[in-house]
Parts: sequence; structure tokens; C-alpha cells
Amino acid sequence: MTLEELDERGAEERARQEGFKTRVLTCTAAGCTSCGAQKVVEQFRKSVEDRGLTKEVEVVETGCMGLCGEGPLVQILSDETRYSRVDPEAAKRIVDEHLVGGSMVREHRIDPDMPFYARQVRVVLQNCGRIDAEKIEGAIAVGGYTALAKVLTEMKPEEVVEEVRKSGLRGRGGAGYPTGLKWAIVRKAQGEQKFAVCNADEGDPGAFMDRSVLEGDPHRVLEGMAIAGYATGASQGYIYIRAEYPLAIDRLRTAIKQAERLGLLGNRILESSFSFRVDLRIGAGAFVCGEETALMRSILGRRGRPRPRPPYPSEKGLWGMPTLINNVETYANIAPIILRGSAWFASMGTPKSTGTKVFALAGKIRNTGLIEVPMGVPLRQIIDEIGGGTTEGTTFKAAQTGGPSGGCIPAGHLDLPVDYESLQSVGSIMGSGGMIVMDSTSNMVDVAKFFMEFSVDESCGKCVPCRVGTKQIALLLEKLRAKKATIDDLALLEELCVMVKETSLCGLGQSAPNPVLSTLRFFRQEYTDLLKPKLVFEPSDGVA
Amino acid sequence: MTTVSSTARPQPSPSSGEAGERAHPSGDNRFKLLDRTISRFQARGDALIEVLHAAQSIFGFLESDLMIYIARALKLPLSRVYGVATFYHFFNLKPKGQHTFVLCMGTACYVKGAEAIQNAVSATCGARFGETTPDGAVSLVSARCIGSCGLAPVAVVDDQVAGKLNVESAVKRLEAWTTEPEKVAT
Repeated sequence: MTLEELDERGAEERARQEGFKTRVLTCTAAGCTSCGAQKVVEQFRKSVEDRGLTKEVEVVETGCMGLCGEGPLVQILSDETRYSRVDPEAAKRIVDEHLVGGSMVREHRIDPDMPFYARQVRVVLQNCGRIDAEKIEGAIAVGGYTALAKVLTEMKPEEVVEEVRKSGLRGRGGAGYPTGLKWAIVRKAQGEQKFAVCNADEGDPGAFMDRSVLEGDPHRVLEGMAIAGYATGASQGYIYIRAEYPLAIDRLRTAIKQAERLGLLGNRILESSFSFRVDLRIGAGAFVCGEETALMRSILGRRGRPRPRPPYPSEKGLWGMPTLINNVETYANIAPIILRGSAWFASMGTPKSTGTKVFALAGKIRNTGLIEVPMGVPLRQIIDEIGGGTTEGTTFKAAQTGGPSGGCIPAGHLDLPVDYESLQSVGSIMGSGGMIVMDSTSNMVDVAKFFMEFSVDESCGKCVPCRVGTKQIALLLEKLRAKKATIDDLALLEELCVMVKETSLCGLGQSAPNPVLSTLRFFRQEYTDLLKPKLVFEPSDGVA
Repeated sequence: MTTVSSTARPQPSPSSGEAGERAHPSGDNRFKLLDRTISRFQARGDALIEVLHAAQSIFGFLESDLMIYIARALKLPLSRVYGVATFYHFFNLKPKGQHTFVLCMGTACYVKGAEAIQNAVSATCGARFGETTPDGAVSLVSARCIGSCGLAPVAVVDDQVAGKLNVESAVKRLEAWTTEPEKVAT
């Protein structure tokens, strides 16, 4: 396929879509599917056929539309009406009353001015929920692969790296390493072959951003990887994805096949001299494999055990070759940066944290789901406006970000801007984007114990501080919960946390104590309330 | 692929014909399916995880004999195969029950009361999470996060996602499976 043919394909598909009077989009991502979206799609197809509208109405299955707690979600494209909690009966009514009769079904309609949608800025999620995730034509119609075409025809690899560097994009997996810098290092590194890896091992409990992006717009990620390959000199890509995401795996497999068939991946992409293949590697349920050195070992079919860095993967990665490892969301940001320019991207967010960030909002909050906001918006805006506040009758207590590696942000810091540095300053991290809201009914010691047990389970066992330390911390928390701990145990707990943090080998251990430390920092009272009074002996001779 | 016999390790050869009731590698058609995956990866050792995934989906769980077979086919030490199979949570070394109840214990589900459901379900089945009931009817599994946090608390009941659970609705789903509730109740 050539560039002209790509444009032609896009125009053809757009014309085909415009041939319909309206298109009915139904979210069939994992969340909505589990509340029966497939039956809704069937009902739509049936009703449309019964009414003889097959030439006027197209029923499309899309990726995540965001408001996951209210699914199944439906959108009527002609007038942008959104419907929530659509069951087959409601689907029939939507066809009868809205599409035929022209009046909306009020009971299911989502208020178009709802802050949940109005306050978002969608860059990564631009096409998510708006295109058919299983047809490449859908992606091409909205400009998919044009960034890759632009890079291959108009830009030198070093110009691509420079553009990404200027955009200020930082790794969306959580650590926030400047993406352009990483690309430059891999580009300079010497090796017969180079690899570009996409880290889709989204292990943080409560995070589903990457899954949604892969289910809703897989081509965006593939395009980003191909551009990265061109910029860094990599010819082989791997997507390391969790086995727990069967739908995302399916849609990725389909996407890769379709892109290869059209010559947008594989040998001589768009008839240039650039070749790039992408293969999937399925994880097997080990949280530590999100750590890059462990991830590489897992791709090589071994136990996912981290190793000390340096050497960094960008110098010595898969099979000892320079390897670029970026997160799903990072790759998804690449195409818009290339198309709209680094200046546009850098104009969003804060000077140090540019662009937008996708968050998975869950827990005790009214609007659970997937959101995307510019970096640096105050936490209050996310919780109160987009999230709609906590569930009825309770008050906001804390927001947990960064999963088992992060911390809790208490109500007193609600005006904190959400960017990499600010979150770190209160002892949490940006993480990959999971944001769990806790209200007055949540006990923070319980939460700390929950995360610590997670870390105990997921510790790979290689280094002692993590293997033994996390277990001891968990035991102390258990003792505390049983009201058997004394003030000395609390001191020991803090000491252990610092030790584990400072001496562990990899990110898992180094960040495992964060949930304890941050809850201790902001909710110390809840810990001391559980203490048992220290037994006071009065020995005649003072033995310390 | 079935004639890998020249490895130096003194492991009992799968083709030497042991107990008669055991499924014999060469006589079991499922091995053909597995061999197909192995040859798709050119029997490369670094495809071990992919091969284990295939093996588990074909056989249901990873029996010792199966791991020996895979080790030979990929020319890897058995310790490597066993090490990898036990390292990753996704691989089962024991057969699963007739039904599976996977309860999500992710943060969102935890905050919304998954622990109470866990206790109630355990009590109803008479087995802990990570175990299968003695009669082999139900396997209880706890998952890290299945990413359906909008529906918390969530369980995957025989491959069907059930969202917005509470103690009663979770236990109700189990009662259909447990035929003799008096016997297994705590």
C-alpha cells in the first residue's frame, strides 16, 4: 500500500459511513460486555432489520466509552446522544422512538452537559469508543497510520526523536522518564538488531487504562510502535500483554493481521525501505513482570525476575540487544504528537508534565470509569466534577494513586495539581493511572494491609529485603489489626518500611512500603487507635 | 516431535510406556495440538511461556508428565519448565473443579467489600480461595484485578463476568452448583 492508497482507503471508508443516516455505537469493551452489551448489539441489529433500516443505520461495536459504571453504553452518532444502562428492551425503544420517531428515550439518556464528559480532554482516547475496534478501515478513516506515513515520507529518524523530545512526553507507565531521551539512547546504542517493546502488563489492581486503549483503538498503539521502530532503528516489536485481558489480546491479534495485510506493518511498510514486525507475548500473571528487566526475562520464556540496572534495556535488553520499552499509553501519544506537532502537545498540561493523562476512576465514587484530563488539573476537579463526588451519604477521605507502589492523597490535599512532581511531593506517585477513591467508611490500615499482602504475594523472592521485609511488614499490620501491637511495633514498622524501600533491588520492593508510609503520614491516628497500651514494668534495676 | 529421546537426563521417557491407565503421549491426540504450537515457535526455548499457555488451554492443567514432555521438546532442563510453571500464577499444576468462581480482589473491589464476599463464599463451599472443594465441584480462585473496576465487586463465574455483587448474590450463584449444601456448609 502506498500513501495515496492509504488516503483513498480513508476517504472510501468515510464515504461509506456517510452513506448511513446514523450510526449506533455500542461499547463492547470488557466492562460493558460483562453487563450484557452483546445482547444489546444483537437487539439493535434485529430492530434495525425489523424496521427495514439496514441501509440507513449502521450498528457498530466499539471500545470503551468511559462511563464504565453505567454500562452498557450506547451512542447515536448523528446527534451525539449518549445512553446508559441500555438493555435489549431499551435498545428496541431507542430504535423505535429515537431513530424512527425522532424523540429521545429520556430514562436512559446521559445529560450531554455532564461534567464527566465536558471536563475531559481526549487525546489518547480520541477514537476510543468512536470507531470500530475490529476493523482497520475504522481507524484509517479517522487518520490512523497517517502519522506513520508522514514519518516515513517526510522525516528523518533523528527528527522524529527530536520531535518527541520537544513534546516533553514522559513515560506513562508511572516513572515518568522522558520518552524522547529514551528513544535517543536506543537510537545511539549499537547492536545488530534492536527491539521495541510495548509494556501492556497492566498489573496495578484498579487500573484498566491500557486495557481500554488496546480494546478501543489497537491501531493507535501499533502505529506508535512502528514510529518508535523507525526512530530508534528497531525492526521487531513485542507487545507484552496480560493473559487476564482476553478481549484486548483478540483485538490486538486481529489488528496486527489487518495491518500486515495492508502493508502497514511487516516488510517494506508503505513501500518504503522500513520494515517492522510486531508479535504478542502473553504474560502469565506475575505483577513483577511490569518491571522492565523482569518483563524482558519473561519475553525470553523465563521466570520474571528483575536484575540490577545498569545495564539498562536501552543498551542491553532482549538477547543482549538495545531494547526500547514504553508503556501502552506512551505509544498511543506518539501519533498525535507527530501529526499536530510537539508545540501543540507541550501546550497542554504543566511545563514539566506535558500532555494529558488517562485515569481509571474507581472505588467509592459516583462516576466510575475511564477519563482523560490535562496534566496538572487539581485533584478536586477529577473527584468532584468528573467523578461526581463520593457515593451517597459519605465524604471523601483519600484518593489512592499508583496502586501497590503509590500512596493515598488525603482530603486536605484536594487542590493538589495532578502531575508527576506534585504527587511525589505528598508521598504518592502518578503510577500508571489507577485512581481509587476512598470515603469515610474505608479504614486506612486495612488498605495498607491489602496492598502489603499484594506485595508479599507478588515479590519474586530474589532479594531479601523485599521477600522477607514485605512479609514482616504484613505481619506487623496484621498484629496491629488484631490490636496486639504496641508503640514499639509501630516504630519497628516504620523502620522496616524505610529499610525495604532503600535496599530492595527493583521497583516493586522499593515502592512496596509506600502505601504504609503514606497512610502513616496522613492517617497516623488510625494506626495509634489500634495500639495496645504498652505494658509498663517497673524493675528495681533499670535494664534497658 | 514425539521422538525426542536422546537427551542425557535420566528422566523416564514419555514413550517408554508406563502405567496403562495414564494418557500416553503418543496415543493422545491432544499432544498433536501441542506439537503444532511447539513447531510454530520452532521448538525454541524462549517460547516456553507460550507453549505452557497452549498446554494449559489444551489439557486444563500442567501435569508432571506434560511438563517433562515440554522440557524435552524444547530441549530445556525440567527444572526450568517447572520453575516457570510455578512462578506464574496463571499456570495450574492441579486439575480445576467442574466450576470456577474467580473473585476479583483488586483495590476497587476490595474497597467495595470483596473481603466479605470472599469469607462468605469460602464458608459456603467449605474451601478456601486457591483451593478446589473436596468433591471437585468448585474451584475458588482470587484474581488480582480483572480490570472491570466500574462494576466492583466483580467475580468471573464460569467465564461469565458478574458485576456489582454482594454477599447474598454471590452465595446464590454458588448454591446452584453445590448439590449437597448441608454436607459442605461450615
